[in-house]
Amino acid sequence: MSETTRKLLLPGYRRDDVEAHPPLLSPGYKSTVIRAPQQPLTYLPQRLTEITGPLLGEGRLGELDHDLTRQHDGEPQGQRIIVHGRVLDGDGRAVPHSLVEIWQANAAGRYRHAIDNWPAPLDPHFTGVGRTLTDDQGRYEFVTVQPGAYPWRNHDNAWRPAHIHFSLFGRAFTQRLVTQMYFPGDPLFSQDPIFNSVRDPQARERMVARYDHAATRPEWALAYRFDIVLRGREATPFEDEDDDE
Amino acid sequence: MSERLGVTPAQTVGPYLHIGLSWPDGPYVVPEGTPGAFWIRGRIVDGTGAPVGDAMVESWQADPDGHFDHPDDPRGARAATVPGFRGFGRADTDAEGWYALHTVRPGPLPTPDGETEAPHLNLSVFGRGLLHRLVTRIYFPDEPANAADPVLRTVDPGRRDTLVARPAADGYQFDIRLQGEHETVFFAV
Repeated sequence: MSETTRKLLLPGYRRDDVEAHPPLLSPGYKSTVIRAPQQPLTYLPQRLTEITGPLLGEGRLGELDHDLTRQHDGEPQGQRIIVHGRVLDGDGRAVPHSLVEIWQANAAGRYRHAIDNWPAPLDPHFTGVGRTLTDDQGRYEFVTVQPGAYPWRNHDNAWRPAHIHFSLFGRAFTQRLVTQMYFPGDPLFSQDPIFNSVRDPQARERMVARYDHAATRPEWALAYRFDIVLRGREATPFEDEDDDE
Repeated sequence: MSERLGVTPAQTVGPYLHIGLSWPDGPYVVPEGTPGAFWIRGRIVDGTGAPVGDAMVESWQADPDGHFDHPDDPRGARAATVPGFRGFGRADTDAEGWYALHTVRPGPLPTPDGETEAPHLNLSVFGRGLLHRLVTRIYFPDEPANAADPVLRTVDPGRRDTLVARPAADGYQFDIRLQGEHETVFFAV
């Protein structure tokens, strides 16, 4: 009995869902051809380093970090929008008090970044960077402007559909996720190899926000709802996965 | 068990990751001036050997006593004895592909099997052209515990050295080769 109680029992997370995530080599997205590893990934059991992770708190946040329209003296150009939702795990449980970071292009489709120099205007009142923490129900909310589409050089007449980059920590190293949120009905989806790198159409739809009329604020801003699902936990703690190799 | 929700798929951080993910204090797992602290520097290169100037690494590690200040550490969450220890580091690459993290050596870790994991950092690599993060580990070169490490043991012996840092003037060097000859070992978690 005493030996059992001394055993280190670790909570486990489900393995990374290879069907939902894009394959690292997706030749339509040309940069993957010289950057995707060629060797198969090595199985890493989930032990202490994997089932823990940084719990980054409010010390990282400024008062207006969640409102990208109020970070300068004036308001940015563009359609004001509310982007909100919940961060959940695969079993529908809220992921509370967790850092969410976003970055995006301005309304004209240009990033405030030294290497983005296509001929669309910068906006002196828009940085395009936001941060917030989920509340105790896993909810988050940003106020920003609708980002524009922008061209890139991946293929002939290539344009990225409008999107907002999202970075999520969850509560464990295993749950770390960086994704992009898209807008419903975008006509540019069909030619975008990054969006289509996710092969399962249902999984692709999970990257598309839905218009949320109930949360749209009269005479002020349109709302979009974007729930994010991080991987869930195994049903019961387990002792080791070494034999699964 | 309730019905499983589908996870949100990963997407690349793209070429403009710096605006969203750079933190001024990102590289500092421990503050400047911490006794015993050192730098881990490394260069990320692609399959053609060219530097990857639009990537970012994030590190996660135990404190020097082998503990995590986290409620899921079954031995109990415990603040590190090193003041200002965050456990987490984040560093984007410069135009030549170099990143740098300022840290201290983590302690060894017990496993549920009663084995011991050698001191290591978990590393996530994000970048343009990477549709999902890559996960690797940094081990230390002068560490006898590496020989019995249950993760290193499962790695092809001819590739194990890609997971071990090299000594450098102010700490260690850990290069990451995304693809091709001497490709770094990456993990599925």
